[in-house]
Amino acid sequence: MKEYVIQCKDLTKRFGDFYAVDHISFDVEKGEIFGFLGANGAGKTTAMRMLCGLSYPTSGEATIAGYNVYTQQEKIKQHIGYMSQKFSLYEDLTVLENIEFYGGVYGLDIKTIKARSNDLLRELGLMPEAKKLVGSLPLGWKQKLAFSVAIFHRPQIVFLDEPTGGVDPITRRQFWDMIYKAAATGITVFVTTHYMDEAEYCHRISVMVDGKVKALDSPATLKADLSAETMEEVFYKLARGAQRSGD
Amino acid sequence: MKQLFVFIRKEFFHVFRDRRTLLIMFGLPVVQIILFGFALSSEVKNIRLGISNAEDVSSRQIVNKIKSSSYFLVSEENISEGVIESEFLKGNLTAVLVFPPQFSNDLLHAGAATVQIITDGSDPNIAKTVVNYLTNIITAYQQESFGVATGYRIVPEIRMLYNEEGNGSLNFIPGVMALILMIVCTALTSVSIVKEKELGTMEVLLVSPFRPIWVLIAKAIPYLMLSLANFTVILLTAVYVLNVEVKGSVPLLFFETMLFIITCLSLGLLISNATNSQQTALLLSLMAMMLPTIIFTGFMMPLENMPVPFQVISNIIPSRWYFLIIKSVMLKGLGFEYVWKETLVLAAMTIGLLTIALKKFKTTL
Repeated sequence: MKEYVIQCKDLTKRFGDFYAVDHISFDVEKGEIFGFLGANGAGKTTAMRMLCGLSYPTSGEATIAGYNVYTQQEKIKQHIGYMSQKFSLYEDLTVLENIEFYGGVYGLDIKTIKARSNDLLRELGLMPEAKKLVGSLPLGWKQKLAFSVAIFHRPQIVFLDEPTGGVDPITRRQFWDMIYKAAATGITVFVTTHYMDEAEYCHRISVMVDGKVKALDSPATLKADLSAETMEEVFYKLARGAQRSGD
Repeated sequence: MKQLFVFIRKEFFHVFRDRRTLLIMFGLPVVQIILFGFALSSEVKNIRLGISNAEDVSSRQIVNKIKSSSYFLVSEENISEGVIESEFLKGNLTAVLVFPPQFSNDLLHAGAATVQIITDGSDPNIAKTVVNYLTNIITAYQQESFGVATGYRIVPEIRMLYNEEGNGSLNFIPGVMALILMIVCTALTSVSIVKEKELGTMEVLLVSPFRPIWVLIAKAIPYLMLSLANFTVILLTAVYVLNVEVKGSVPLLFFETMLFIITCLSLGLLISNATNSQQTALLLSLMAMMLPTIIFTGFMMPLENMPVPFQVISNIIPSRWYFLIIKSVMLKGLGFEYVWKETLVLAAMTIGLLTIALKKFKTTL
């Protein structure tokens, strides 16, 4: 039997007359890499904020890692990780201090933090840079570090909000290797992106248009269904009729 | 609790690695207090005085007395009345003391004599001060020579209480303290929070189990500690560099200062809620805080001289109350029983600001 870590049904967020998110329903399996696509203003961010426990839905239901988005936001926060396109590391803190800080914020004890940060630094090959300020690292490293920090407390789900903005293709490829590795350990990855080649890397993707989920399937099936050559074409065909655009 | 500690430690890293913040925090206050203390003195020294017609015994004695005071430089011993005005116009003189002919004679035999003091009224503050100094010297001469008992003269004896020497920097010290704490606390707090928003780290913190209210507490504690350290530095500078004597209780000073710092921190939080960029936060803190603080605190311009609406407005400026408290405690040596009303006003403001800031912070998440 499949194990779902994100389940939402008719999830809606309304601001006055405006349906930012309009009755969306989907389930995400444990260990899945779920691509969450949509043009600017389609409602991706609003939906993601609800799933992260940052805002309450107007109506509908959702459980994240088995916890209710209305009543158990605090529990949800314990079991998810988050990384935005801004990398969210402190540039004036060293690599190690950043790791220790975020570990501490999630309530990990010092022993665990020490052990895990050693593993992490070795894996990333950042051991010699441990005492350097994050601000002095190249962008690609910062991004990899930010991802490692986001899953440092071993969350069930990690939310990535356009994690690869402004990064070169090679680093992006390496970054996706890290995502696969994380997914293999059972962490569910929920990722938004504007890069269609990245969409291909996902197990399944959903495309949001005007607050609704317009399509949801594996990239291969979507391409076949819409008789499209590339994901780019799929996206274009689906989002063409959008009423809302821009931010 | 442990999470809070981790967060506070991080805040200290930020502060101590940022040279600019450190400089603003500790360098600025010392420079300001010294500048204000020395430059903004209301004392007038080196007054260029001209003397006209001091030809007999009594007038010579008065002139000698004037010469021996440190305030005057007698530049013209015997100026003729015709050139007085042109000397004023050229800016060579600040004041002229004119004796009538037969001054001694009038004084000794008629029992009364007049002297004329002419000053440059284009700067009324200096002119008034000069008149005061000269009047004092002449009165003193009169007392020495004839005693107080002769005739029925009323001799007002002037004492400036709590500041006998007329030390101008005294009044500025509490004012500058209020100004600096207001600006430093408000600006640094608001900037440090808005910085997290700008960097995107705020988002991550909000997604973490770390409670939003703790973010604020964790931000406030380091700045509270730093501001208290800052206050200590200012106080030491005032005492040892400017020779200001602290007359009241030092613990009381610290208690009141802590309250005021919390007021400023709340204001900083409020500003950080309203803005999303560091520049805006800094500008708002500086512009919105500095001018009202300077004008309405009452340490530069007396509040009593302002139009009534301004006086009413001044009541909502927290630094005004802090200034009153510090002045009373530090310069007059009054105890808590004399400043509890002001303290209460300040406390009420703090609670009000803090409530609004916290409420707003929650809704913006």
